[in-house]
Amino acid sequence: MVEHGDIRVVHRGGSKINSREPVVTNDSRFLLCASGERVKVFSTSTEECVHDLRGHTDLVTGVLLRPTNHLQVYSCSVDGTVRLWDFTDGILIKVQLDYCSVCVTCSWLMFDIVCMCVCAELFQLVAVHLPQSGDQLVEAQELSAVLSNVSSNPAATGFGRGVRAPPLRSPNAPPGAITYPKTDSPHLLTTQRKGGKNTLMCIACHPKDDCIATGHEDGKIRLWRNFNHKKEYTYTTLHWHHNAVSSLRFTPEGTNLLSGGLESVLVQWRYNQESERDFLPRLGSAITHIAVSPDGTLFCTSHSDNKITIIQSCVKVSAVIQGLVNGESVRTDLMVDPRSKSLVLNGKPGHLQFYSLQRDKLLYNLDIVQQEYIHELGLQQFEVVKVAFDAPGNWMATVEERKPKAAEPEINLKLWAFDEQTQSFVLNTTVSAPHEAQITSMCFSQAADGQTSMLVSASEDGHFKAWQLPRSAYEGPSWSCDFVGDYRGLAPQCCCFSADGSLLAVSFQEVVTVWSPASWELLTTLSQPPKAIRDLCFGRLGCSKYLMGTTASNLLCCWNLLTCSLEWSTSMDVSLLLSDPLTENMAAFCCQAESTDLFVFKPSEPRPVASLKAVCSGKVTRAVFAPREEMLESCEESSQWLNRSQLYFLTQHMLFIDDSVAMTPFYLLLGKHRKQENQDSLTRLSAELMPLPRGSLAIKELLQSPAHVLPSTSVLCSMFVESLLVSVADGSEESKHAEEEMESEKEEEDSEGEMESRTPRPEPASPGLQSAESAAPALTKAQLKELRRVKKLDHGWLADLLLS
Amino acid sequence: MASFKPTKIQVYPKLGEKVTQDTLYWKNYKAPVQIKEFGAITSIDFSPVAPHNFAVTAFTRIHIYGPFSQEPVKTLTRFKDTAYCGRFRSDGQLLVAGCEDSVVRLFDVSGKAALRMFRGHTKAVHVTDFTSDRYQILTGSDDYTCRLWDIPNATELNSYREHTDYVRCGVTSKLNRDLFITGSYDHTLKLFDARADKSVMTMDHGQPVESLLLYPSEGLLVSAGGRHVKVWDLLKGGQPLVSMKNHHKTVTCLCLSSNGQRLLSASLDRHVKVYNTTNYKVVHNFDYAASILSLALAPNDESIVAGMTNSILSIKHRKSPEESAEVSGQQRRTPSYRVFVKGKNYAPKQDDYLVSKPVKQHLAKYDKQLRTFNVSNSLDTALATWTRLRKPEITVAVIKELDRRGTLKNALAGRDEQWLARLLNFLIGNLVDPRFAAVLAPAAEMILDVYRRVVGQSPLVDRQLLRLQELLEREIDYQQDLLEVLGMLDTLFASSLPRLEVDLS
Repeated sequence: MVEHGDIRVVHRGGSKINSREPVVTNDSRFLLCASGERVKVFSTSTEECVHDLRGHTDLVTGVLLRPTNHLQVYSCSVDGTVRLWDFTDGILIKVQLDYCSVCVTCSWLMFDIVCMCVCAELFQLVAVHLPQSGDQLVEAQELSAVLSNVSSNPAATGFGRGVRAPPLRSPNAPPGAITYPKTDSPHLLTTQRKGGKNTLMCIACHPKDDCIATGHEDGKIRLWRNFNHKKEYTYTTLHWHHNAVSSLRFTPEGTNLLSGGLESVLVQWRYNQESERDFLPRLGSAITHIAVSPDGTLFCTSHSDNKITIIQSCVKVSAVIQGLVNGESVRTDLMVDPRSKSLVLNGKPGHLQFYSLQRDKLLYNLDIVQQEYIHELGLQQFEVVKVAFDAPGNWMATVEERKPKAAEPEINLKLWAFDEQTQSFVLNTTVSAPHEAQITSMCFSQAADGQTSMLVSASEDGHFKAWQLPRSAYEGPSWSCDFVGDYRGLAPQCCCFSADGSLLAVSFQEVVTVWSPASWELLTTLSQPPKAIRDLCFGRLGCSKYLMGTTASNLLCCWNLLTCSLEWSTSMDVSLLLSDPLTENMAAFCCQAESTDLFVFKPSEPRPVASLKAVCSGKVTRAVFAPREEMLESCEESSQWLNRSQLYFLTQHMLFIDDSVAMTPFYLLLGKHRKQENQDSLTRLSAELMPLPRGSLAIKELLQSPAHVLPSTSVLCSMFVESLLVSVADGSEESKHAEEEMESEKEEEDSEGEMESRTPRPEPASPGLQSAESAAPALTKAQLKELRRVKKLDHGWLADLLLS
Repeated sequence: MASFKPTKIQVYPKLGEKVTQDTLYWKNYKAPVQIKEFGAITSIDFSPVAPHNFAVTAFTRIHIYGPFSQEPVKTLTRFKDTAYCGRFRSDGQLLVAGCEDSVVRLFDVSGKAALRMFRGHTKAVHVTDFTSDRYQILTGSDDYTCRLWDIPNATELNSYREHTDYVRCGVTSKLNRDLFITGSYDHTLKLFDARADKSVMTMDHGQPVESLLLYPSEGLLVSAGGRHVKVWDLLKGGQPLVSMKNHHKTVTCLCLSSNGQRLLSASLDRHVKVYNTTNYKVVHNFDYAASILSLALAPNDESIVAGMTNSILSIKHRKSPEESAEVSGQQRRTPSYRVFVKGKNYAPKQDDYLVSKPVKQHLAKYDKQLRTFNVSNSLDTALATWTRLRKPEITVAVIKELDRRGTLKNALAGRDEQWLARLLNFLIGNLVDPRFAAVLAPAAEMILDVYRRVVGQSPLVDRQLLRLQELLEREIDYQQDLLEVLGMLDTLFASSLPRLEVDLS
C-alpha cells in the first residue's frame, strides 16, 4: 500500500454575503443568500446557517425562489450554470447548463425564464428559456437578447408587473436614461438634466401600478408614472437621502417604498402620501440591498460590512447575520486571541472583529473607537491600525489613528483588560497622542510569569516607549509610560521581545538594537548593511538564542545572541517572516515572480523543515500561526510543523480581479500527514482526476438523478454491479479502484470540513494501471462533485459492494 | 440597532501632587493656632506624661502650654538672659533649661522658682537634657565643653572638653543612663560614655551640627547640619547610612512621628519635610510663614508645633474623625436611601412574568443636538457660560467632535458680534493650555478664515483679535525659551552620561 502525504492550501470561508440581495422564503423562515461559490440558507429566527448549498464552481451571482414551487430555489453563477435546489433539505435537483462560455456577471431569474447580463464586450440583457424536462442536466438552447448596452450594476435593472410578458426596465449606458421594452421595442425615458448629479443608481417597479421608482446619485428618488403613454410621463421627486440612493424596493402590496443608502437609515415612504415616511436609523453601515419577504412582514437589508439585518415590519431589528468584514485593507496584522483562539483583525471602521476560525463565524465586534460613526463620504474616520495581545490574553492593546486633512494625525493608544464576568475586553487606559508620529510596531512582553506586563510601541518619531502597569496601589491600575528610548535619532521600524521577556530587539533602519527591559540598558547592536531591517523575530524554545531578521536587500539573517554575531544569512526576498509561538519553527514567505513560496525552517538547522513552491499567486501580506485545538500526532518530517498550529495567510488583492467579484482572501494552509513516498504531488493530481468508466448508462443515471428519487438500494446495487461487469476485462479492478478513489475523495472532503484527516489513503501501485487510467477520458469537475455528493448521501450500499 | 454614542469628554489627569496616604494623613490637621511669643522660639519640648503639656522656650521665658489651651498654663521667667532648651524629665515633674548667662536652672513644673542652679560653664548653655536614670543632667555650652551634673547635690560630675567649637545639640540615650551624644559646630558628633573619660565614637557630619535625634531602638542616629540630614548606624561603629539634601537652607530641627515610620525635618527655608524612614524619600512637605527654628510632634501626632524666627508659635491640631467626615458630608442633602431602593429589591416570584423596561439613554443637551445634526445649536450649548468657565473640557470636546464630523466650519459661520466675542474670549483663555491647544488651534484658524472679510467692522471683535495675537506672540517667545532650556539640559545630561568603553578587540 502506498501512502501519500502533502500539504495543501484550502480556502476557508469568510465569503461575502452581501454581494447580491438576499431572498426570503415564502414562509419567512429562511433567508437565502449567495456567498462566494455557495448559497447559504440561514434561519431568520436563530441566525444560524441551516444549509450550505455547494455545487457551483464559481461565484454565485443570483438567487431566486422558483415561482411555481416555493420550496425550490434557482441559483446562477459565473460558471455558466443555473441550478435548482431544494433548500429545506439542501439537495441539488437540477443543473441547467448555459453553453455560453462568456462570463455571466449578474443574472435575474423570473418565472422559468432566466434573464441575465452577459458580458462579452458590453453588458447585454438576455432572456434564456429554461426547458422543461425531467433530466437532471439540461442545456438551455433558447436564448434571446432583450436589451443591449445595459448597466453592469444589478440594482439598475428591475422587473415590473405582468404575467406573460413582463416589461423590463433597465438603465442604459448613458447615465440618466431608462429604457423599457414593452412588447416589441424599448422606450427611452430621459431624465438627464444639465449639470445635475443625477446618475441612476437603482430602480424598482411597483407591483400593481404603472409606476417606476428610480434612485439617483444626488440622493433623490423619482417616481415615474404614465410611461405607457407616448412620452407623456410625469414624475415626482422625493428627497431625503443626502448621498446616493443605493437600493429601492416596493413592498409586495405596493403600499410602501423602501429606500436605503450610505446613511444606513432605512426609509419607508408611503406610496401616494410621500410626505409621510418612517425611519429606522443606525443600522450600522451603508445599505447595499433591500429585500422584502413575499408576505411583507420581514425586511432584509444587506450592508456594506458583510452583514444582513432582518427587520420585522420596519420597526425592530430581529436578527443580524454577520460575515467576516472585509474592510478597505487589513491594517492590523492578523492576530489570534489567546483566549478564544479566534482570529482578530480590523473590520468595520473603528471596530475589531473576533472571528472564529473553527466555525467560520464572526463571534463579535469590539468597538474600539467608541464614537458615533458619521456616515458621510470623504470624511476621515478613526481606524484601528495596530492590535497586540499579551501571552495569556489578559491584556489587549490597540492603536487607532485618524489623519485629518492638513492637521497632525490623531493617535490613541488604548489598553483593554479582559473581564472574566462579561467575557470580553473592557477599556482600562486611554493614552491620547502616545507618540508624535505613526506607530510602526507594538508588542507585549512575553514574560511567562504573567506578573508584569509590558508593552513596547515604536513610532516614526524616532522613539520607542515602554508602557507598564504600575504596581503601586495609590494610582489605580492604569498603564503609564516607563521608558522612552531612541537610537541616534533614527526611526524604529519593528520591535520584538524574546521568548522569556528578558531581551527586547528594536530595529532602527539597518541596525538592530538589543535592550534589557529590566534596566533599559542598550546591550548590543547588530547590523547587516546596506538596507533597512524589514522584519524581526526571536526564536522560540530551543532556538531562543537566535534572532532572525530580514532586510530590504533580500537577506534573511540569523544572529546568535550569545556570541552577538551573525550565525548565517541567505539571500532571499522574504516578504513576511513569522514564528510559531508553540514550536521552534519559523515561516518565511518568499515572493518570486507573481507567486509566493513558503519556507518553514528552524533557526538552528540549515535545512528547511518544509518548503512549498507557489503556495498562492500574488504577494502574501499577512499571516498568522493559529494553535490547533488538539495536537496532531504525526511522525514524519515534512508536516510535523503543522502538528500544533495552523498557518493562515492573507494575499494581496490582485489587480486583474474585478472588485465586484471580490474573492475572499482567506486561505488555509492545511496539513495532511501521510507518509511521504516517492510519489510527488503531480501523480497525485493525475490520480485525483482519474476517470470513471463513462460508458455505463447505469452509473450515469445513478449519478445524475437526485438521491431521494432513486429506487431502493437493493435494486440499485445489482444494477450497478451488472453494469460494471459488462465492462472491459480489467473493468472490475478499475471500478474497484474507482470506488477506492471515491472513498478517498470523500475522506478528503471530510477532512476539508474538519481540517484534518488521520486515515492513510490508498493509492494505486501498479504503473500499468495508471497508464490505463490516464488514457480514459476525463470526467468534468462538476460530474466529479456530483459523484461525491451522491456518494455522500447514501454510501452504505457502496460499502457493501466493496466488501462483496 | 446601536444607540447613539455620546461625545467622549476627555478626562485629563489632575496636575500637581499625587494624593497618597501620606498626603491624606498629614493634611488631616486643622488650621493652625498662631501665638505670638516674645522672641525667636528656639526649643519646644512635649511632656512625656499626659496631658502632654509642652514647654516653649522663647527669649527669656519658658511657657508651658496645655494640649488645647492657647494661653500658657505656666510661665517660667526667672532667667537673666535668653533661655535655651527647656526640657522635661521623663516623669514630667522637672524641667531644665540653659541660659545665655551660662547658668543651668532646674525647675519644678508646678513651682516658679528654680530648684537648683548649676554654675560652672563659662559661656551660654544651649544644650540641656536629663539622663535616663533621671538623677543627672547633661549640658553643652559655647565654651566647647559638655558636662554631667548630679541633681541632688547640684555638683558637676564630669566635664568633657573634646569639641573644638560650640556645642549646640545633644541627646541622651533612653535605654542606657551612661550614653549621650553631642553635636558641635566643629562638624563632629561625639558619643560619650559616662563611665569613660573620653568620647567612644566620633562621626564627621561635614557641616556645623544643629540637631540630633536618636531612633527609639537607638541603633540609628540622625543628625542635621547645614543643608544635610544624615543617618548614622551606631551599631556599625558610626557608619554613615544615608545623606539627604532636600532643603535649601540650614536644617534646624528634627523629630520623629509617633510610630517611628516618618522623620520630619524643619529648616530655615520655611519648609518641613516628611521622610519615609524605610527609603528616606520625601513623602510630604509643609510650608510655614517664616524660618523654622524648632519643631515638635505631640504623642500620637495629635498636634504639630513649630516655632519660628519671627516669634510666632504655630500649633496644628489633628482633626477628630467626626470632623474629617464632616468635610465630605457637607454636600447638599440627597434623598434618602429608601427612595433609591424603592421597587428595586423586589424579588420576582416563580410564576411572575417579567416585562423588561427599555433602558432610557440619558444624553447631555449638546449630545441631543448632535444626534439630530444641529451643529450650531450644540456649539451654543457647549459655549454656555457655566460650561465654558467651569468645564472647558466639555466645550473643547464638542469642538473636537464637530471637527471630526467635518461640520465645525458650518457651526462657526454666520454668527453675530456678541457670540464671536464670546468665542474669542474662550479661545484667549484656553488656547495656550497644552491640553486644549491641539483642538483649539485649528478652530481659531477656521474662525479667521470664516470671518476674514468682516475684520475691521466691529471694534469689539477687533480688540479680541488683537489680544489673541498678543497672546500668541507671547506664547511663541515662551516656547522658544523653553526650547533653549531644553537644549541646555540635553547638553548637561549628555555630558553626565558615563561613556561606554568600546572593546575593539
